[in-house]
Amino acid sequence: MKRAGFNQLGLPVMLLLPQLIIIAVFFYWPAVFAIYSSFYLQDPFGFGSTFVALENYTGLLSSAEYRKVAVFTVVFSLLVTFLSLSIALLLAVKADKVIRGARTYRTLLMWVYAVAPPVAGFMGVMMFNQGTGPITEFLALFGWEFKLGVNFNDTALAMVVVAAWNQIPVNFIFFLSGLQSIPQSVKEAAMIDNRSGVRRFWDVTFPLLAPTAFFLLVINITYSLFDTFGTVDTLVKGEPGNNPMTLVYKVYVDGFRGNDLGGSSAQSVILMVLVLLLTVFQFRLIDRRIHYT
Amino acid sequence: MAVMTDTDRTVARTGRPVRWSVVIDHAILIAGSLMMILPVFAVFISTSISDVEIYREGLNLSLGPHMAENFDKALFLKGGFTGEITGSSMLINSFILGIGFALGKILIGMTAAYAIVYFRLRFATFAFWIIFTTLLLPLEVRILPTYEVVQGLGLANTYTGLILPLVASATATFFFRQFFLSVPEELVEAARIDGAGPVKFFIDILVPLSRTMVAAIFIIMFVYGWNQYLWPTLITTDESLFTLVRGIKQIIQNLDGANVPEYGRALALAIIAILPPVLVVVIFQSWFVKGLVESDK
Repeated sequence: MKRAGFNQLGLPVMLLLPQLIIIAVFFYWPAVFAIYSSFYLQDPFGFGSTFVALENYTGLLSSAEYRKVAVFTVVFSLLVTFLSLSIALLLAVKADKVIRGARTYRTLLMWVYAVAPPVAGFMGVMMFNQGTGPITEFLALFGWEFKLGVNFNDTALAMVVVAAWNQIPVNFIFFLSGLQSIPQSVKEAAMIDNRSGVRRFWDVTFPLLAPTAFFLLVINITYSLFDTFGTVDTLVKGEPGNNPMTLVYKVYVDGFRGNDLGGSSAQSVILMVLVLLLTVFQFRLIDRRIHYT
Repeated sequence: MAVMTDTDRTVARTGRPVRWSVVIDHAILIAGSLMMILPVFAVFISTSISDVEIYREGLNLSLGPHMAENFDKALFLKGGFTGEITGSSMLINSFILGIGFALGKILIGMTAAYAIVYFRLRFATFAFWIIFTTLLLPLEVRILPTYEVVQGLGLANTYTGLILPLVASATATFFFRQFFLSVPEELVEAARIDGAGPVKFFIDILVPLSRTMVAAIFIIMFVYGWNQYLWPTLITTDESLFTLVRGIKQIIQNLDGANVPEYGRALALAIIAILPPVLVVVIFQSWFVKGLVESDK
């Protein structure tokens, strides 16, 4: 709040009202509704619901299928995060270094930001298609019979590749802007102290990039958890079957295909808690320990 | 000019030797760029091949004669379950969603941030927390209950139901709050001394000051809105409201059912679906990067 603010009541309330109404109706109401219905068992034909306390939660946590999806989601998120962060970091370091064509490289490496995840998934289907996809044909040279949508691990690999590809631009942009904000004087001092580019990177540049990297870590985990819905949905062609799926995808499958409002809501609540923990982690650990000014 | 002697040439050669590290840097960057471009390029080129050929041989990097025809079909041929939607109607819906979402976010975010930053309100801190809690939970997490609520309000299959729930998070508000806090305090003091009220100050001083910020956030929000998939999939079942990105689902499901799937049309639609946001990001690159880096921090 500004010290020299205006002293009025009517106007600011009017200004705040649209925002407050929208989040009340489309955020708080659904969130409370989710918590409420996670304690109820919904009749699949719409005839009322019964209070079952924590049964939806215990049912989930003891379900082998849910655990399998949870494990897959963790592995998937870690792989996507690691792949896209490391590739983007490598590209950003190089793009920061070169003099010729720096602007062109920057454009070429970031435009994929605008490609929607489901469209990227569709392109992935074309690339990994059984029999005709260019990547499938390439892998066949090594005797790898890639079966998208049939083999669990193959489908999972395609998901990881497409999701990471889609996320590289964001990481690239943040790493590049982080690199460019390192003062010239620091770079020169490091140059005098150490001629080896690799040592200089790990001793000076990387620690200076750490705040950006940690911030991106959280962004990437959130991305892999939530924004990859479209990627997953298109790569399995809307047929989950035995294919790998993420937790968010399961919320959708159970809630809309299975009509299990209680179970799906319980899953939503578990995800909410997960996101809250991530955010707390972000604020506590990252902002306090690694911060340079 | 004198003829170059042998000694001169060696100097020239040793003065600018081939720096292998630079070559490797460029090789890595070129490989990275190709990795980003090739899949989309292959899809684009393959829109020029006939459906049968794509069905049999997959994506192709050589031009065929069918590109214009495929794009024409993608944009104007009536299709879908009801036989009434065309690519161009989905394109219009995508623009409505992208622009409507971006404008909604900016309008609501700017006014709310103005109220929080520039007024002495007793409940300002409370409002702040109420609003910023929404940053924590993306729509995907509370998707089913949101659907129930919007359905209950009778907003399914309307533009309002499509756009408003997406607007219900505070990203833009947070962004404008940060920006307003960085605006020098003296401005509002000077404005008050000159007798400007809060409305005049907002319209005549703050809005013009925020122009670049508004442009940056507009680009980010436009791309975000355009690319929405899960929510439009749930809330629009009426095909006349389908966006391009939402339509992708239908396109893929149709591919599996047909005898000779309409690959050419599907690929052309995919290209049309990514073209507007890609162009916006490339053309307004500096605003886009500024908005992205500053809004997320």
